[in-house]
Amino acid sequence: MEILVPILTAAVRSGTPILYATLGEILTEKVGVLNLGLEGIMLLGACSGFSVAYFTGNAWLGVGAAFLVGAVMGLLHAILSVTFKGNQVVSGLAITMFGTGASSLLGRTMVGFTIPGLPKVPVPYLSDIPVLGKVLFDHDLLLYGSYVLVLFFCWFYSSTRPGLYLRAVGDNPRAADAMGISVDKNRYLYTMVGAGIVAVGGAYLSVSYTKMWAELMSSGRGWIAVALVIFSIWNPARAVLGAYLFGGVEAFQLRLQAAGTTIPAPILMMLPYVMTIAVLFVIAIRQGKGIIFGAPAALGTPFYREERD
Amino acid sequence: MRGLLKVEPRLSSPWWLGAVITFSSIASALALGGVFLAFMGVSPLEAYAVILRSALGDGYGVSETVVKAIPLTIAGIAVMLAFTMGLWNIGAEGQIFIGAIASAAMVRYFPSESRAVALSSMLAAGLWAAFAGYLKARWNINEIITTLMLTYVAMNLLNYFVYGPWRDPAGLGFPITAPFPDSARLPTLWGTRIHLGIVLAVVLPCVAWVVLRFSRWGYELRVMGENPRAAGFAGMNYTRNVALVMFLSGAIAGIAGMCELSGLQGRLQHGFSGGYGNTAIIVAWLARLNPLAIVLVSFLMGVLLVGGESLQVIMRLPLSSVMVLQGLILFFILGGEFFRKYRIRRVGAAITGDMEREER
Repeated sequence: MEILVPILTAAVRSGTPILYATLGEILTEKVGVLNLGLEGIMLLGACSGFSVAYFTGNAWLGVGAAFLVGAVMGLLHAILSVTFKGNQVVSGLAITMFGTGASSLLGRTMVGFTIPGLPKVPVPYLSDIPVLGKVLFDHDLLLYGSYVLVLFFCWFYSSTRPGLYLRAVGDNPRAADAMGISVDKNRYLYTMVGAGIVAVGGAYLSVSYTKMWAELMSSGRGWIAVALVIFSIWNPARAVLGAYLFGGVEAFQLRLQAAGTTIPAPILMMLPYVMTIAVLFVIAIRQGKGIIFGAPAALGTPFYREERD
Repeated sequence: MRGLLKVEPRLSSPWWLGAVITFSSIASALALGGVFLAFMGVSPLEAYAVILRSALGDGYGVSETVVKAIPLTIAGIAVMLAFTMGLWNIGAEGQIFIGAIASAAMVRYFPSESRAVALSSMLAAGLWAAFAGYLKARWNINEIITTLMLTYVAMNLLNYFVYGPWRDPAGLGFPITAPFPDSARLPTLWGTRIHLGIVLAVVLPCVAWVVLRFSRWGYELRVMGENPRAAGFAGMNYTRNVALVMFLSGAIAGIAGMCELSGLQGRLQHGFSGGYGNTAIIVAWLARLNPLAIVLVSFLMGVLLVGGESLQVIMRLPLSSVMVLQGLILFFILGGEFFRKYRIRRVGAAITGDMEREER
């Protein structure tokens, strides 16, 4: 148990950026828009979050700035894919390229700077629970924010009117349109908010996790989040499981290296990516046995109001 | 509707519109990129001057641009083939790595069989990509994610070899393998670094153009890309072609890796490809999946890449700065695509007047 606690704690911490990104992408995909630009948005979020936190001395302003920057990228994606009805895959790749380049350019003067980051705030009483308390309730507020977000989304999708509208737009935009729900407005709104949440995940990396900025620091986490959306079958509660699983692999691999294992580091670094494929494979097999999948039916397809199906 | 502007689909686009949109997209991207650079505290005029002067200013610059355009063209053809069928192979970067690793393995373990190097790189990278194709065809697993994840795996595999068993003992600890013997190198031409791979970069697009345009199989691929349902009704075998096309796509990307390795670099090293596989995606898209246009676009992207390296040396900007421009070009192309497919018409005042009268 004593050995397990630090690994599990590290799993939760390194899983949190992926969790934020996955939650944001679930929101975007549920409304029917596929945003593959997560990697670029996370990098921009990490970079802008860190720079604002560094120059204002207030980490929360950094997180807010990251959200705004993410929302702007979401707006760009929405303009291209909702209004211009462009190819969403290409638009997402373009966002990733732009975000990677722009964050390297923006951050080139900040390499090597550090910030104090966010203070640890143990949750009273809860953090005294043996094992779990230390693992889950002895972190900073931004990490707790992801718990709140998971609970909020579970409630939002299943029990609120806007949540119902959102799912209607993602599953059957024509029916939603006939009900008087604006497909375009919903898609714009949730693509922007979703991208904002993804960027907060990036900001968690730089502002809370490493407390510094490094070029290309998200190192593929955005893409892992894209895969995790499928892994979690668009369910925020399952996203938690997936994100911590990946965080765990990452933490475990770092620890193995630190312990001087004979397994070469690059082989261990392959683990999360191999696991993503394995997870998709397992899901596909289960799907083949007739287990319902739950993908938004209109995912990735533009909506033409004037045309008939 | 009171609005005077109406968006309607074009029944046919004039032939020149595609070219006009492509060039105006690139021009707009450069303009906006300039604003962005200025905002970052970098003089855009100076940056663009550096790019142009280093890539096109003299014979050496042009030859370096061609050196970059070779792998871009080959990898561009690779992804174009998959895109034509509606398969999103975005893992060409990883397939380039695998092609290079396989060639290096051949050179290392079978030094006398230097002619088998190309074959092994094609086979290895082809199978690597066909794995994603199999998962797509048999299990309907999204190929975007699998090809991308496989890229990260390939990158780590490369790192494993260059940091581990294949590291050159005489390499002063750098993550590089021992240099290839001359028998395993492609000859270079005209006293420049341009290597024999240029022949492939010219021949391959022509072959691809002929096959896609005039053969029955090429026609089937295009139908499957545009309307898989119709292709199914016409009796075309989607499943088998997914695996086959992914194999070919990977094999061609693998060849790009082999050329880059034995034509240019001569040894495997960390960060071997420098993003050719990813840039190839833009190349294919900018060329509107036209194999011949890929050659031209690759040259343009080569200019950007050579320019990017000079930016790094002369203006001390990160190497990935040119990705800003690449991203912006894609944004504008996507936006421009809308104007190719749709037209915006002023609705005649007479009709509007009629409608208003009816409303009353």
